[in-house]
Amino acid sequence: MKRREEGLEFFRQLLLIRRFEEESARAYSMGKIGGFLHLYIGQEAIAVGACAAIQKDDYAVTTYRDHGLALARGMPPGVAMAELYGKQTGCSQGLGGSMHFFHSETNMLGGHGIVGGHRPLAAGVAFASKYQGYPHVTLAFYGEGASSIGASHEAMSLAALWKLPIVFICENNQYAMGTPLKRHLSITDISLKADAYGMAKDRFVADDVFTVRDRIQAAVDRARSGEGPTLIEIRTYRFRGHSMSDPAKYRTKSELDAEKQRDALTRLEKQLLEDDGTKDQVAAIRETVEAEIAEAIQFAESSPEPGLELLEATTYDGDFAR
Amino acid sequence: MSTTTMRYREAIRSAIDEEMVRDKNVFLMGEEVGHYQGAYKVSEGLLEKFGENRVIDTPIAECGFAGIGIGAAMTGLRPVIEFMTWNFSAVAFDQILNNAAKMRQMSGGQFNVPIVFRGPNASARQVGSQHSHAMEHFYAHIPGLKVVAPATPADAKGLLKTAIRDNNPVIFLESETLYTFKGEVPDEPDYTVPFGKGRVAREGKDCTIISWSRLLQVSLQAAETLAADGIDVEVIDLRSLRPLDEDLLIASIEKTHRAVVAYEGWPYGGVGAEIVDRLQRLAFDELDAPVLRVCNLDVPMPYNAALEQQVIPQANRIIDAVRQVSYRQ
Repeated sequence: MKRREEGLEFFRQLLLIRRFEEESARAYSMGKIGGFLHLYIGQEAIAVGACAAIQKDDYAVTTYRDHGLALARGMPPGVAMAELYGKQTGCSQGLGGSMHFFHSETNMLGGHGIVGGHRPLAAGVAFASKYQGYPHVTLAFYGEGASSIGASHEAMSLAALWKLPIVFICENNQYAMGTPLKRHLSITDISLKADAYGMAKDRFVADDVFTVRDRIQAAVDRARSGEGPTLIEIRTYRFRGHSMSDPAKYRTKSELDAEKQRDALTRLEKQLLEDDGTKDQVAAIRETVEAEIAEAIQFAESSPEPGLELLEATTYDGDFAR
Repeated sequence: MSTTTMRYREAIRSAIDEEMVRDKNVFLMGEEVGHYQGAYKVSEGLLEKFGENRVIDTPIAECGFAGIGIGAAMTGLRPVIEFMTWNFSAVAFDQILNNAAKMRQMSGGQFNVPIVFRGPNASARQVGSQHSHAMEHFYAHIPGLKVVAPATPADAKGLLKTAIRDNNPVIFLESETLYTFKGEVPDEPDYTVPFGKGRVAREGKDCTIISWSRLLQVSLQAAETLAADGIDVEVIDLRSLRPLDEDLLIASIEKTHRAVVAYEGWPYGGVGAEIVDRLQRLAFDELDAPVLRVCNLDVPMPYNAALEQQVIPQANRIIDAVRQVSYRQ
């Protein structure tokens, strides 16, 4: 029974993110969203499974592909969409944009635009929990494209040395922008990097939210009990380009079609429809999600633009230093 | 007000010590700060007093531990991060620029980063081109940061205590050659020096020399020589580079009508150029001569002792500049 309820909830979250991203793409093509827009379509099971494995007071830090994690963490879709629209009601008051989703209410600590640069910061969040004696765990997401940059190495080295309560989650979507794994890493099993730090590791495919949740849960439990960090490589695939400007000509249609067969959302929906205990609720969830997305767009559309007076006030706490 | 004679390094240590006693969320992290007692002995004795949880030795990984400090500052702590020298902050520049300085604004004001980055800055003695950078010119450029550079033990202590209590990221620039410099430091336990306030280190009426950190002492020497020549120089110790004490500068220019800015760092852009811009913009009618800058020659620092001394501003170059703006060659 519990598993059915969880399945329905996972389905709702996967669908919410999928639909949010599809509508973001639509708004982007209509010129309502500017700058970069990196969609999470295809990778949703990771954010949903990971957030199901942590508690309210735990922390999450991620890359610029951050909408899915923010929604899974509980950010209201309207607040997320308003940020994409650059509105003051957005999570970062329209000052951060797509790549910088921050939400103190849900301990969502960004949204970071420099590849790998957020990983030491995430280790610092975990450091603070340990220093203060709090039982909180930090989930630090990154793409496999961040594997080679120095900040990644330093973050894992220090986190392992100090046994920080952190789980590094590598979302391996197999392309660092347009460069496939085998052209940028000498060893394509990224989880092996954990061995160099004496860190626990795990590696699996993100085609099922329950698996993602349970495997991350084990790492979260280790971190919470003081056993230190884990590096988890989760194989996934983004169904869209790196960003809206990327037609993804570096991969074939047959590859994309094959990956779509493993789509966690489609698979879960099929399971729910085949189960007499859940099949009647799928349509209702679809309806609820559609209404929520429509409301989010309406909220973003009708929200005010941030004013110039916000800029200096948000740059410094207290007096502006000039 | 009672005072104690302290070396510059002791004043810094005293500020860290007092703030760590006052607030358990303050900790010191960096290379060799603990067991080694500090590469320049600034943190001597702090490990014994506060233990390994609060005086934390790091591996050689500036990007890593600068970032750890920033994440910790976002979630309730007040880190003091020591760079063995500011030169090494270059490999942590992304953390300071993109994470510390921008966090508050890009999160829409949700997350403050109350952190202090500190260590010795600018030239030492014959340490070569990669170990002699004056980094204030890079950091003062960045909105979101505050930048201070004390020249005396009293200001080192007072400004560091202010820095640790500030809710914004602070770049705190010390000087290896000032670490042994002695001065009187107020004893009062809550002694602090506010940001954005310079001080008149020497009063005069004929020309203003604007300086900070180690070059203040060189400027004061230059002022003595010029006094013997009948040029009465006012010397300003800026102390704080961002925010900058415009009012003090303008008040001095209204009196002397001439100015020379003396500092370490290259001539292209930088804090010196910023000061000159403000003076011509805010006090144009008061100026009787162009404002000159005395700074490093426009080359990487050479190892050779004689050449190094020529690259770094010396009193004679400051004296020449003052004579030039005073039209008394």
